[in-house]
Amino acid sequence: MRRYSAFAIAREAARYHQGWERAWASPEPKKSYDAIIVGAGGHGLATAFYLGKNFGITNVAVIEKGWLGGGNTGRNTTIIRSNYLQDASAAIYEKARGLYETMSQDLNYNVMFSPRGVIMLAQTHHEVRGYQRTAHANALQGVKTEFISPQRVKEIVPIINLDGPRYPVLGGLWQARGGTARHDAVAWGYARACSDMGMDIIQKTEVTGVRKENGAVVGVETSRGFIGTKKLGIVVAGHSGVLADMAGFRLPIESVALQALVSEPIKPCMDCVVMANTVHGYMSQSDKGEMVIGGGADGYNNYTQRGSFHHIEETVRALVETFPMISRLKQLRQWGGIVDMTGDRSPILSKTPVEGVFINCGWGTGGFKAIPGSGWGFAELMARGYSPLTAEFGLNRFKEGRFIDESVAAGVAH
Amino acid sequence: MSTRLSSGGRLIDRSAARDFTFNGKRLTGYAGDTLASALLANGQTLMGRSFKYHRPRGVVASGAEEPNALMGIGKGSRFEPNQRATTTELFDGLEAESQNHWPSLEFDVGAVNNSLYKFFPAGFYYKTFMFPRPAWKHLFEPIVRHSAGLGKAPKDRDADRYEHFYAFVDVMIVGGGIAGLQAALTAGATGARVLLVEQTAHWGGRAPVDGVEIDGQPADQWIKNALQTLEGMDNVRVRSRTMASGVYDHGYVLAYERLTDHAPEMDGPRHRLWRIRAKQVITATGALERPLSFAGNDIPGVMLASAVRDYVVNWGVSPGDRTVVVTNNDDAYRTALALHGAGLAVPAIVDARATVTGDLAEAARAAGIRVLTGTGIASVKGKKAVTGVTLCAQAGEGAVTEEIACEAVAMSGGWSPVVHLWSHCGGKLTWDAEQACFRPDHDRAPTSHDGKPFVTAAGAADGVLGSADALASGSNAAVAVAQALGLSATASAPSANDPHETPLEPVWIMPQGAGPAKRMKMWLDYQNDVKVSDVRLAAQEGYESVEHTKRYTTLGMATDQGKLSNINGLATLASALNDEIPNVGTTTFRPPYTPISMGAIAGEARGDVFQPLRRTPMHAWHEEQGAYMEPVGHWRRPYCYPKAGETHEQAVHREVLATRNSLGLLDASTLGKIIVKGPDAGRFMDMLYTNMMSTLKPGKCRYGLMCNENGFLMDDGVVARIDEDTFLVHTTSGGAEHTHAHMEDWLQCEWWDWKVHTVNVTEQYAQVAVVGPNARKLLEKLGTDMDLSAEALPFMGWAEGKIGGFNTRVFRISFSGELSFEIAVPASQGRAFWDALHAAGAEWNATAYGTEALHIMRAEKGFIMIGDETDGTVIPQDLGLGWAISKKKEDYLGKRAQERSHMTDPTRWKLVGLETVDGSVIPDGSYAVASGTNANGQGNTQGRITSTYHSPTLGKGIAMGLVLNGPDRMGEVIEFNKVDGTTVPAKIVNPVFYDPDGEKQNV
Amino acid sequence: MLILECPCCGVMADETELAPGGEAHLKRYGPGSSDEDFEGYLFHRVNPKGVHFERWRHANGCGKWFLAARCTNTLEVFATYSAQTPEPPQHVIDAIRAKRPDWSIEA
Repeated sequence: MRRYSAFAIAREAARYHQGWERAWASPEPKKSYDAIIVGAGGHGLATAFYLGKNFGITNVAVIEKGWLGGGNTGRNTTIIRSNYLQDASAAIYEKARGLYETMSQDLNYNVMFSPRGVIMLAQTHHEVRGYQRTAHANALQGVKTEFISPQRVKEIVPIINLDGPRYPVLGGLWQARGGTARHDAVAWGYARACSDMGMDIIQKTEVTGVRKENGAVVGVETSRGFIGTKKLGIVVAGHSGVLADMAGFRLPIESVALQALVSEPIKPCMDCVVMANTVHGYMSQSDKGEMVIGGGADGYNNYTQRGSFHHIEETVRALVETFPMISRLKQLRQWGGIVDMTGDRSPILSKTPVEGVFINCGWGTGGFKAIPGSGWGFAELMARGYSPLTAEFGLNRFKEGRFIDESVAAGVAH
Repeated sequence: MSTRLSSGGRLIDRSAARDFTFNGKRLTGYAGDTLASALLANGQTLMGRSFKYHRPRGVVASGAEEPNALMGIGKGSRFEPNQRATTTELFDGLEAESQNHWPSLEFDVGAVNNSLYKFFPAGFYYKTFMFPRPAWKHLFEPIVRHSAGLGKAPKDRDADRYEHFYAFVDVMIVGGGIAGLQAALTAGATGARVLLVEQTAHWGGRAPVDGVEIDGQPADQWIKNALQTLEGMDNVRVRSRTMASGVYDHGYVLAYERLTDHAPEMDGPRHRLWRIRAKQVITATGALERPLSFAGNDIPGVMLASAVRDYVVNWGVSPGDRTVVVTNNDDAYRTALALHGAGLAVPAIVDARATVTGDLAEAARAAGIRVLTGTGIASVKGKKAVTGVTLCAQAGEGAVTEEIACEAVAMSGGWSPVVHLWSHCGGKLTWDAEQACFRPDHDRAPTSHDGKPFVTAAGAADGVLGSADALASGSNAAVAVAQALGLSATASAPSANDPHETPLEPVWIMPQGAGPAKRMKMWLDYQNDVKVSDVRLAAQEGYESVEHTKRYTTLGMATDQGKLSNINGLATLASALNDEIPNVGTTTFRPPYTPISMGAIAGEARGDVFQPLRRTPMHAWHEEQGAYMEPVGHWRRPYCYPKAGETHEQAVHREVLATRNSLGLLDASTLGKIIVKGPDAGRFMDMLYTNMMSTLKPGKCRYGLMCNENGFLMDDGVVARIDEDTFLVHTTSGGAEHTHAHMEDWLQCEWWDWKVHTVNVTEQYAQVAVVGPNARKLLEKLGTDMDLSAEALPFMGWAEGKIGGFNTRVFRISFSGELSFEIAVPASQGRAFWDALHAAGAEWNATAYGTEALHIMRAEKGFIMIGDETDGTVIPQDLGLGWAISKKKEDYLGKRAQERSHMTDPTRWKLVGLETVDGSVIPDGSYAVASGTNANGQGNTQGRITSTYHSPTLGKGIAMGLVLNGPDRMGEVIEFNKVDGTTVPAKIVNPVFYDPDGEKQNV
Repeated sequence: MLILECPCCGVMADETELAPGGEAHLKRYGPGSSDEDFEGYLFHRVNPKGVHFERWRHANGCGKWFLAARCTNTLEVFATYSAQTPEPPQHVIDAIRAKRPDWSIEA
């Protein structure tokens, strides 16, 4: 792989950029692989990357029904934070956040990680106490956060309205090293690095069945024929239930649509991410200048990648109240993604009842920020059968009643 | 230079001058002008700068698809960035400024010149700016962010108002061109409720500009008659300046009406968002002209041929004295003829096609216009304005055959139907190879709740470009829709004159064999600076899916959302991949069609009416007293009542002590109150609560715990048995709706044969807690027909009777540990009763107390609070509430869940009291630290604080918390963390700090 | 914005009038049931990309729960019916089969 750099660009500029090579190959599938990942989204590609990088397993195929990065990886509001309450969540999200810090260099692909800070607004006394609890938990978890005063909030976000008549801002949970990254670039950067390690990223190929022998996986049926493997990672947000059904087990998951929108681009006016959970909205400004806005999920099962307007309305109403200046901005585009919601709204990274089949799903509304940590832990789970990062996220927790409930402190949004 | 023609302009009123400013310069236009036409009339062809390279940009279109001429308009609290000059109607006093440049539009230091932009191809930022690591955030990103963005951010709170409007119609017709008008005439005649909307201020679309004759009369006349007919129909509504922005599931349509943008002096809301439920939708949204990809096609002065025609015909504006027309289809000849007719020079029509024999071409030739076939533009000359073009053979690589001096170029690459609304909700497209465009696939229309199609395309939006055919298409669409609605309709459309046209030939790049150097100068997306070379680079690097290409190059992601660039980009990608255009596919069309204001989306809901506020009958009293209020659900409750000079903390302490020492009054009206009634009420209550409720005697109260089916504690409260069949359930404040819904869920969906009825009566009663040693004296002073003595009405009893003339229900329950009467009165009497209590209680210093005093007093007593001691992960067994869990009952909601291994795990943290060793207050949310770290390197914990206060009664810090093996560790001192890394030592104690034997409440 | 007919009051109700309630026809497992059955009842969901039986409450209307057979992929509503129905009634199954002849009910 030829490295990307300013010098490479200068070299190519002289020949009209005719010399750039493919970022990733487009190979024919082999007969079998040491491991197969179904789903070339961020989580799947990151899993493959760390299988190779941390465990030397490079005879790997990543099979994708559509195009790599075409699911929720490219459909989210790009927020990265790790100020979670429960230990298990804080561990995997903080691992991810740390890996984001060096991802551009590690992958030689600029994913534009921008640690501009994340504020979660406290707008009721209950929320104040919840975030103070999170700050205390984070202090022990090695996650740097602090609970800040309304005045500090205003200093960091001058466009905010602290004195909304309904929900005044009473403070905020501030994670200075949270931020955003360029979502597509994360998938592309991992894909390029995986391809460089000799892994096969097989796009436009649908898995149609999981073949088992004696309760163990031996391969997958695909639209391009059978491909053998003894280790199968299912990482297909939004369609996990469909794949689990093929493998012969059921998941505590429902798929719903989550919506987001952007405004037209404007010059920089907000240099951090603000989340307002009481009123259901969050907002940041992209490098292009668009205000990127996320809201709530529909409550009904939905596979259409579009949602109802009233959710958008609720979110925008809340944000106009929180940031009055956006009233005269215009909505440019709205879209939806299909998210897997589990029984406790926390993800599943787990072995399954089928030997050799592993599942990584249920990230709900919070998957993007976890990508590298999820890949790191899931690769370890697939390679070794155990990872401290994923240990608490097993499927067995639902039977045991051992939940990882983040709604405890932070309301709904991720 | 562009200028105003001495005559013509069907939309302007030359007798009505309009003064406006552009970048501070005072200019004049006419009523009926758009900002774009007025600027052109004043010779202002440079209107903005592009996003990435800050290249000079002029207006390229005349309508909603405009990507370049974006302005900041207005001032202060009425400033709005990114307004398209082409859709901004001119008014007196309009103030516009151009965007995205520094220091000025004419001289922009951010401009990347021709030699430098080679270094900034598609996706260059993914390949660089990586070292040193902090440089992205601190150096590169700020530069990128400041050079990106378009308009300035508004600073102030919006001074305008917005509103929502609801409509229910049988047929929604989008687009007021001739197809839409004809569809409305046909649909209106059936008696169906019809709503016809048009995004501009004018009806008729392109037909009047193109000189169409309908039924032998000028299009304008037919349009006027059609509108008159429609306005005469009671079942038809028509709205101009109203853009249908999105079609949503099951026939939901949003439309965006701009009420005062064109006339800011008018009263009323600025925008109105129509929320429409339509049984059927007809999209007669027309078509958009495509640019052609030739070198230098972004230089100001290069415009769409249709836009040039619009400026001449509609606004009497010349784009320049000499305009070269370049095309691959006959429509652009209309532009040449219009220019010629206005007395302007058309040095040549450059047509990529080898032979052209249509009526329009013949007319052009007859007018003496030079028609060059098989020819393309090799390059456009000029920097901030077009100065000329060089020509070449379309089939070749671009060897210049001729140079022509000109001031404008009118280009046409054919027309693309506006399929956005068709596609928003799942309608699929088909590739029309003949017209080189995607158009709606009639067999795969969007479907509604009944599985049947509910969107029908008509006219140019359906790929029907001729006038006569468009009229017929409009009528046929209306007939089809009427039939779907079960109405009878007859198709009838007027005739129209359409010239014979030579078919279009797809031209995606000009000349066909242009090399890399030329491709780097062919713009696809003008605003985002995406060129043919960028799309080809994306394909070369493996970004082969149309979504990859779009995201890698930012093609179609500008504020026009690819209205001009998408098809050309797709074709370029297909060619780079050696694939067919339909195989490459399109990106997804998402609402809104054109951007709509956030203000309109939010509607009326802002400020005080942001969200409905629930008020207790005593709410006004609290406000009169200057109470500090806190949101509790949708209620506001007094947190405390600070007196002059008091801090909140001082007020809370005063309220606690006054209550404990004499008499406190609490507005407890927010407490949830639900009646559960029926022969099976007792059985139902036993399932709802963990303890036995069916054995409760009428006249008595019992505290109970309610769990969800997952075992977690959900709500708690006191239940009073009114009679054999009737229970009154008290829930937490804000918990009533949820609890009532929970009851109904189980009654309707699981135990539907049980005879139980529930009613939420929370707002029917005001409730006051009369608390403190003097509570009984106060009630007796007011006069009562009840015996309120401890013997007659003991703790956990209730009675009904009169107090001070008020009808009351009195509950002997206490959340403070003091002698306490919770008294319910009809809501209408709440304020009067509250006032009477205060008046009569003055002699005992009756003190209103708020939620914080309530919380402190309950914590002093070790009573749990839902939301503090519970957080959705806590079960009653964690809280030492085993006594409230029936061992006898076979079942209750949550019982099975509580048998799971993690729920019965002896290492679950359990509730204890905590006292700091030094008397300080443990911070809220603190965790009890344990030694060592876990497998992920996180500090181990052994408990956490759930409530923590300074107790004014005891004069020290008290807390409740969940601690590992806590109840077995009484007296042990453990450490609680602070965020600064230090810890606070605290002793594990009994959680009942105050009056552990309950002597005070039992008097 | 979905629209569903409330079978109780007969109103064609917008989604904003309704509260979704997840999968329908779950069989309740109480004390004495196996861990597997209880876990299945509480958490395992069919979550089909296709015909889904689901619960809705006409929350901002008549207040009644009802059930719907709806496609999660096209959002077509085949039928709405009484919540007091332990399994999909024949007329609902017929309504689905009329549109989707290949459809079969999942266990």
